Amino acid sequence: MYIPVNDMLKHFKQDAPAMANITHKSDQWSPYHDNSGTVLAVGIPGAVIVAGDTRLSNGYNILSRDATKLSQLTDKCVLATAGQYADFIALRKFLQQRLQLYEFQNEVQASTETVAHLLSRELYSRRFFPYYTFNLLAGLDENNHGVVYGYDAIGSYDKMTYGVQGSGQELVVAVLDNQLKGYNKINKTIPQTREEILDIILDCFSCAAERDIHTGDNVEILIITAAGTERIVKPLRKD
Amino acid sequence: MQYLDNYLQSKGGYDYTNVKRNELMKAQGFKEIPFTKTGTTIVGVIFDGGVVMAADTRATAGSIVADKNCEKLHPLAPNIWAAGAGTAADLHHQCAHFNAKLKLQRLNLNRQSRVNEVITKLTTKLFPYRGHIGVALIIGGIDSNGPQLASVSPHGNYVYHPFQSMGSGSLAALGILEAKFQDGLTKQQAIDLAIEAIEAGIFHDMGSGSNVDVVAITKEGVDYRRNIRQFNAKSHQKQIPYHFPANNTPALRKYEFNFEKQELSEIGQEMEIIE
Repeated sequence: MYIPVNDMLKHFKQDAPAMANITHKSDQWSPYHDNSGTVLAVGIPGAVIVAGDTRLSNGYNILSRDATKLSQLTDKCVLATAGQYADFIALRKFLQQRLQLYEFQNEVQASTETVAHLLSRELYSRRFFPYYTFNLLAGLDENNHGVVYGYDAIGSYDKMTYGVQGSGQELVVAVLDNQLKGYNKINKTIPQTREEILDIILDCFSCAAERDIHTGDNVEILIITAAGTERIVKPLRKD
Repeated sequence: MQYLDNYLQSKGGYDYTNVKRNELMKAQGFKEIPFTKTGTTIVGVIFDGGVVMAADTRATAGSIVADKNCEKLHPLAPNIWAAGAGTAADLHHQCAHFNAKLKLQRLNLNRQSRVNEVITKLTTKLFPYRGHIGVALIIGGIDSNGPQLASVSPHGNYVYHPFQSMGSGSLAALGILEAKFQDGLTKQQAIDLAIEAIEAGIFHDMGSGSNVDVVAITKEGVDYRRNIRQFNAKSHQKQIPYHFPANNTPALRKYEFNFEKQELSEIGQEMEIIE
């Protein structure tokens, strides 16, 4: 560790009389607020499972215990967002309106791939004042297989089999890597059934709620299949 | 020698050499190490014949829970306890330090420790450090002046009041205390009130959580109840247990150390990373 004592002495000699008046840079107003929470999505053949906790927070305060982070955009796809809630609302509004227009003009609902691309372009349109949103777009592709697209704040996206975003991301993603992809296992036993995967997802949220203060209250799960959408709500820690 | 010159040149009572050093280090890119704060709810309530103090049990490091069941009630003397909010390391070390200091004083003077002695010693230590020792304490005890309850802030300010709350959840707890506190409570009523106040902090402040600890101090003695209330057990029990069979994790290389021969040798075959 190199500490340039001579330089410091120079600074010190200049400032010695004013040493008592150490001012700190004042806190600047920021247009962004992190309302936190965790979302995840897993795609399996025939279905996609999206989950998000329902806690809305600001700093150490809880603003709502019952705020959804999931938004069904078409019959086949759901948007899950962590980050700033106001930007989630604005983004959702834009997508809903634009997709309704698409349906009127093309007489068919947009496919998941189309919605994914649309979302990316909308996020990038705000490249220099971004939506503070960390999105997952989960849906069924043309063959009704579950697929997940993960985004950063300015629209870079990638197709994945599962994804996690939000304050509990680091806590959960390593577990999913091990359980759903068999990372660090020689004989990979990957769960295939919906029940096994739901069990893992609930456990992940339960563990995230234990160690992340911003995750808790309830977890809302949407299961999208060709037959329709099913909604499950389970309680989590409320402290 | 340069340090000595620095020191001799400093005018006024406080030496700020390290502040400049820290700023320079930060400018050079050294990252500030975050410390574990307890982000807490603690309360104290005086009742007829004693004092009761309660605390939650969550310790946070940033937004992660570092300890789900830590102890925030510290004994300072057989008749004086402290509830602490702030930086975990500072709290632990300062309370242990004053516990020892008071014990020595009791051995020398052969007298029971008093709450106002603790307050004086604490505040005279904290003030010169300008709030950098991050301890916000509620000190409660019973001595020759009767039941006493005071709170001490990190800068060295103290307040005596029949009910106190400190920590990030102090506002949630204070709401309950302001609404429900009365003079002349019984011991059980005071304990119930304190638990209710901590509950408010646990559920409405995210820096506080898990369980409630309570200590009640009277002339008869100290009644310490660790985890008198336990909220929020883990919400989901996994139906299908996780299965981690033996020898299923790929080891890239394996070594064997022979104690008799004092030799390290490689065994087995080198494996590749498996995605």
